[in-house]
Amino acid sequence: MKFTRRNFLKISATAAGGLVIGFHMPSKAQAEGLASSTEINAWLSIDADNIVSIATPQTEMGQGAFTSVPMMVAEELDIPWENVRHVFADANRHVNNDNLYTTTSTGGSTTVSRRHPYIMQAGASARERLRQAAATRWDVPLDQVVAKQGMLSAGDKQGTYGQFAADAAAVTLDEEPKIKPYGDWWLLGTDVKRLDVALKTNGTAVFPIDVDVPGMVYAAVAACPVPEGRLVSFDFEAIKDMPGVIQAVELKQVKDTPSFTDLRSAVAVVAESWYQARNALSAMPVVWDFGRGASISYESQNAEALSLLAGTGTVLRNEEGNPGKDFDKGVNQDAVPGLLEAATKLVVGEVYSRPFEAHATMMPPAAVADVKEDRVDIWTFTQDIGRSLNEVADQLGRDTANVFLHQTYLGGGFGGGFNMDVHRQAAAISAAVGKPVKVIRSREEDIAGDSQRPPVWGTYKAALGEDGLPTALMTHFVGEEKMPNFARSSVANMPYLVPNRRHELSIIQNHVPIGYHRAPGANSNGFIIEQMADELAQAGNWDPLEWRLKLTEGNEPWQRVLLAMKEKSGWTTDTGKGEGMGLAVVESHGTIAGCVATVSVSRRGQIYVDRLQYFLNSGYVINPLNAIEQAESSAIWELSHAMFGGLDLREGRFVNTNFDSYPLLRMPDTPPVIEVELVNSEDQWWGGLGEPAGPPTPPAIANAIFYATGTRVRTTPFTKAAL
Amino acid sequence: MAISLNINGKDISIDADPQMPLLWAIREKAGLNGTKFGCGIAQCGACMVIIDGAAVRSCNTPVASAVGKAIRTIEGISENNDHPVQVAWQDLTVPQCGYCQSGQIMSAVALLERTPNPSDNEIDKSMAGNICRCGTYPRIRAAIHQAAKTAID
Repeated sequence: MKFTRRNFLKISATAAGGLVIGFHMPSKAQAEGLASSTEINAWLSIDADNIVSIATPQTEMGQGAFTSVPMMVAEELDIPWENVRHVFADANRHVNNDNLYTTTSTGGSTTVSRRHPYIMQAGASARERLRQAAATRWDVPLDQVVAKQGMLSAGDKQGTYGQFAADAAAVTLDEEPKIKPYGDWWLLGTDVKRLDVALKTNGTAVFPIDVDVPGMVYAAVAACPVPEGRLVSFDFEAIKDMPGVIQAVELKQVKDTPSFTDLRSAVAVVAESWYQARNALSAMPVVWDFGRGASISYESQNAEALSLLAGTGTVLRNEEGNPGKDFDKGVNQDAVPGLLEAATKLVVGEVYSRPFEAHATMMPPAAVADVKEDRVDIWTFTQDIGRSLNEVADQLGRDTANVFLHQTYLGGGFGGGFNMDVHRQAAAISAAVGKPVKVIRSREEDIAGDSQRPPVWGTYKAALGEDGLPTALMTHFVGEEKMPNFARSSVANMPYLVPNRRHELSIIQNHVPIGYHRAPGANSNGFIIEQMADELAQAGNWDPLEWRLKLTEGNEPWQRVLLAMKEKSGWTTDTGKGEGMGLAVVESHGTIAGCVATVSVSRRGQIYVDRLQYFLNSGYVINPLNAIEQAESSAIWELSHAMFGGLDLREGRFVNTNFDSYPLLRMPDTPPVIEVELVNSEDQWWGGLGEPAGPPTPPAIANAIFYATGTRVRTTPFTKAAL
Repeated sequence: MAISLNINGKDISIDADPQMPLLWAIREKAGLNGTKFGCGIAQCGACMVIIDGAAVRSCNTPVASAVGKAIRTIEGISENNDHPVQVAWQDLTVPQCGYCQSGQIMSAVALLERTPNPSDNEIDKSMAGNICRCGTYPRIRAAIHQAAKTAID
């Protein structure tokens, strides 16, 4: 039995007595917490033993931010990775110092792709200050001072970064250094194990649900089972003598319709244990006003969408280019209806759709709040510590200076940590009972009231030329009112060069809160577009892979992925009975992700996904190991929804709100082979990697099912399809 | 009422409703937070513990039914995070968000104690009660094989 050295890295709190480097001069109040340390800015501190603590303002939900951010700083600082310690960034400092860390938002696969310039800059700036400090102390020209692997040297003089930390803190640079270009990296681009792995194998990683505060009580909460519905009354008398019960608290919604800047109308029962709180809440008579949602079901939404697709939608103008380059797709929207009418060979697509899906993070939303007269402490499920701190301050009418939101690990995020109000609930309940409170949502409460991924419907019409390729194409999608752009991602910017192309959008309304959901938009739309691509290829007698190669000619990032699929996947449409290969390529977050699926379908219609192969082009990759882990994760995320997902809405409420009725992928259903290859163009752009392997997964499997059975599956989950 | 439990080799006495799920006794009364709440209906396995050698979902096991039995939680499988299953999990960087992993590891430990060298099929069957939303299943499968090999070597 042996550990690797990295497993032994201690993930400790910032050691006082070091140098903390960032961009902004700290206030005196900030400096107080660091005792004898000399603080220059917020990202990193160096102690006397040359240990560097690097603060991460993004949250860690399994995607690796707590490793990626330190890697980017360490790359520029030039410090041995073994000397790096991760620390949580301080949300209070961020909020009260003009957004010290620029942003604490964690989503959209942006931590590396969008944030690297200023994060790397923090490390580069620190390194240059250390060099300047050494040049001054040694009285040598700056260009003779080398900073490398935690050591400063000039001729025969040598010292550690730690020995110059205090001096460096006083240095003001005339000019900020430029960050290193790709090619000069020594750490970025190598496989680095995530720093939080060992904490997650012995139960010591702390999630919001694990925070215990002395004197804490527990709360179970219930919002109206029909989203947007309001609390009318509740009968606390009926449950007040149940064991452990302390109090019931109404969570008052101020605004007429639910908003993420307000509490949602709900009621909480507070007790000495969560079990008691939950039991009492279940037993308490509660009257709800269900509101407008009570007449809405998935069936009614579906009927409305089909009716809209039979008509005309709003024409969307194509503004989005391909990653890394301006790519002229030769779009001519206005000519499309006439060309379709005059077509000699017209392909009319049927309607495709994807249902509502919940985040269903393994940790149900939970938060701990300790509201005192002069100070508020919060631990919560959030993908934006700064935003959540502001929300708590807003809820309580407190100055943000006195609100302290403490980062924990997150038990999954996937977008669910944005439109989240569990910390608002915890703060309101703690204020009402005058004690620290832990709020835990039951799984049913979580799924019923989640900010859901919205359903999408889509169809198309195309005219084919003599060569079998489309000469005109119209796509028409139905999206949902609150986030209509979800019906556009990866559709308006699809790469296929069709000379005349038009995308129409229609909108339906409902009462369901909507949120970001790992590769939002692209996850549903890729399913439709990439089956359309196969149908058009087949209608024109083209091999689906050759069709895609032809229609992306000159588009290097896509060609790279498609050619890798052609050369390495064993691609063929000539498979045995009941077996099929299918492919799909979808761009999201600046990364082009191709998936080749191999399936077999039994005579009784049982689908087996035997193999999934991924080819990803994200431009740069800073940690290939984590990139592959994230690709596996996002692939299985969408595999799960393709095979098992789908929330059912009846009379306004979601009826499948726990894992017995909302099943997710499990070990026996996981394909025996999932392979990921990074086929990067390099040196062109930074694509995100937390999400893009998801979207091509369902359409690749659906296309494979078609080759295996001759049947198209146009909605998910596939397990409900008749094959 | 007063209830005596043996958790990770230690006897503790708690005051609880005998019908309270063992999960909440472990978390709120014994203060061991490594065992997680996920669904409350024995579907996801986040609450998995080992009772007298068998993997059991603690979220719907009444605390009274665990009296007189040896309860093991994630905190009890090694002193130094170095059980072969934990080491394999670290080597193959299995955990992502990590929330389900205590339960996954407890299921894997129970499996390997019963079946020291499991096949893929046996792994799939034994691990079917644990959901991972991050989709770490392929790495879990590989890590169980590695742990089996380490333990046998």
